[in-house]
Amino acid sequence: MKNPIFITYFVIIPLFAAFSIALIGKYVRRLYVDIASSVFCFLLLFFSFYSVAVLRNSANPAMVYNVGGWIPPFGICMVLDGLSSFMLVTVNLVAFFICIYSLSYMEKYTDKPKFFTLFFLMLAGMNGLIVTGDLFNLFVFLEIASIASYALVAFGTEAEELEASFKYAIMGSVASSFIFIGIAFLYGFTSTLNMADMARILSTKANIWVMPFVAVLFLMGFGLKAALVPFHAWLPDAHPSAPASISAMLSGVLIKTLGVYAMIRIFFNILGITDIYLSALMFLGGLSLITAVILALSQWDLKRLLAYHSISQIGYIFLGIGLGTPLGILGGLFHLFNHSVFKSLLFLNSGAIDYAINTRDLREMSGLKQKMPVTANTNLIASMSIAGIPPFNGFFSKLIIILACIQKGFLGYAVIAVIGSLLTLSSFMKVQKYAFLGELKEKYRHIKEVPLAMRLSMTGLAIICIFGGLMLLSDVKFFLDSAVNVLLEGRNYAQAVLEAALR
Amino acid sequence: MTLYFLCLILFCIGLYGVLRKRNLVKIIVGLGIIEYSMNLFFVLLGYKMHGRAPIDAQNQDILNMVDPIPQALVLTSIVIGLGVTALLISIAIRIYDKYGTFDITKIKRLKG
Repeated sequence: MKNPIFITYFVIIPLFAAFSIALIGKYVRRLYVDIASSVFCFLLLFFSFYSVAVLRNSANPAMVYNVGGWIPPFGICMVLDGLSSFMLVTVNLVAFFICIYSLSYMEKYTDKPKFFTLFFLMLAGMNGLIVTGDLFNLFVFLEIASIASYALVAFGTEAEELEASFKYAIMGSVASSFIFIGIAFLYGFTSTLNMADMARILSTKANIWVMPFVAVLFLMGFGLKAALVPFHAWLPDAHPSAPASISAMLSGVLIKTLGVYAMIRIFFNILGITDIYLSALMFLGGLSLITAVILALSQWDLKRLLAYHSISQIGYIFLGIGLGTPLGILGGLFHLFNHSVFKSLLFLNSGAIDYAINTRDLREMSGLKQKMPVTANTNLIASMSIAGIPPFNGFFSKLIIILACIQKGFLGYAVIAVIGSLLTLSSFMKVQKYAFLGELKEKYRHIKEVPLAMRLSMTGLAIICIFGGLMLLSDVKFFLDSAVNVLLEGRNYAQAVLEAALR
Repeated sequence: MTLYFLCLILFCIGLYGVLRKRNLVKIIVGLGIIEYSMNLFFVLLGYKMHGRAPIDAQNQDILNMVDPIPQALVLTSIVIGLGVTALLISIAIRIYDKYGTFDITKIKRLKG
């Protein structure tokens, strides 16, 4: 397809949605805002599946849209390749379900149109970051998504939420500064900002001193955005403080897009991956995996417990990708998809409990299964997924990661991954025991199950959790394989993009 | 080279402000200093001694011009910095309403 314009829709649709809802949201009835946001989310989901189909049928590994007709490296280009389409499906799938959920959930807050404005702005930032082929553009989209998320964390404007948001905003801005300096160094060295062109120029220069320096800057910056362990302090405060649908969005896709995707795109496709970077990623992954899960064990606040588990699961993703073997990268990316599904489901469950009984403390709840069967059953499915119990999707991705560790001879990391999985299981058994099983407390006699929209989205995500493992079947495995191939190709990314741009 | 070192020093001053100061407003000022230092650094990357603006004029040979791209990028970055600063200040004002203080050692309801 010549100049595939549909790539721009991933940025245009959410930006248009954000600004139109901001403008007219005050003057029209709530129902129209609800319908408009669901339709926009559905369109995004449709186009992300469409992008997968188009990419599969096209002969080239990448498709490039030249903005304004300027051929890269002179203009900004938007690139759609296997990894981008994989991330687009992940982000927009989760965003669609969360949007449906928010229709009911956000009723208890006062200003729903403002919420959807910020939600779509964040979505525009994430989608833009995924499709862009220009390094500075990546920074701009990263900041759009970050600023929207700082505002969303403080959405309730209670004391704790403001405090968490301030902490998150300061740390996030410092991280952005590091990323900006890294981009400045790369620009100073290569005199180009196009990611493909930069990769081409860097591959012609051998052994330059600037590369490790830039890599460390990016590791700090994106590591903070991804909440890897030495940089994780903001996450357990920020994610629980946001409204539940936003916690799901932040934990489910934001840390993956801003942190994992941006980091692996730059490390694998631009800087060119070496063993040192890989071992650094693996070490940080293993450290996050085990530290965060131990910290999670002692938590009594349900959302804070889930937030610590987000850090731990990010550790799994980095451990898998850091192995650098095809199997390891497959496991890491598959776990990325699975984690975004089940972690957003878990956060939506915690929001449903909060909606019904107005507390997040595990010790306060008991026996909710009798009154809230949908929440309890979907939570059971998500808990078993995150703990890695067959046949749910989390089991397969963790199994692949552990097998890949053994295959490459890292037995220590494999043992850490197994121990982390066991601790995850124990911590989610605690959730099940305290929240859903046992006697129903007297004061909760009259609680009701949550409204239909919330039940629908939770059920939808639970179904994906159950059947997620089927993505490894050979008929649909191309979806994961095309993403893995982009990373394995490394700097050949440059060639693919530059060729596709000229067509 | 001296100019780059001055940028680094400015960056470190900003980082010191963010890390060591206890007042919310001073932290925001520190963040502002960090942003200025990196903008300055980026502009310096494209600067040449005695260079001129890259504007094409009639009957003139442009021999020594500065790189215009960092200037364009820094403009974007300044706008982003403005957005972040505005958001941070509004959050700081709301925090003052809730807690009655700007001192971060007294603002610690979140823990664990």
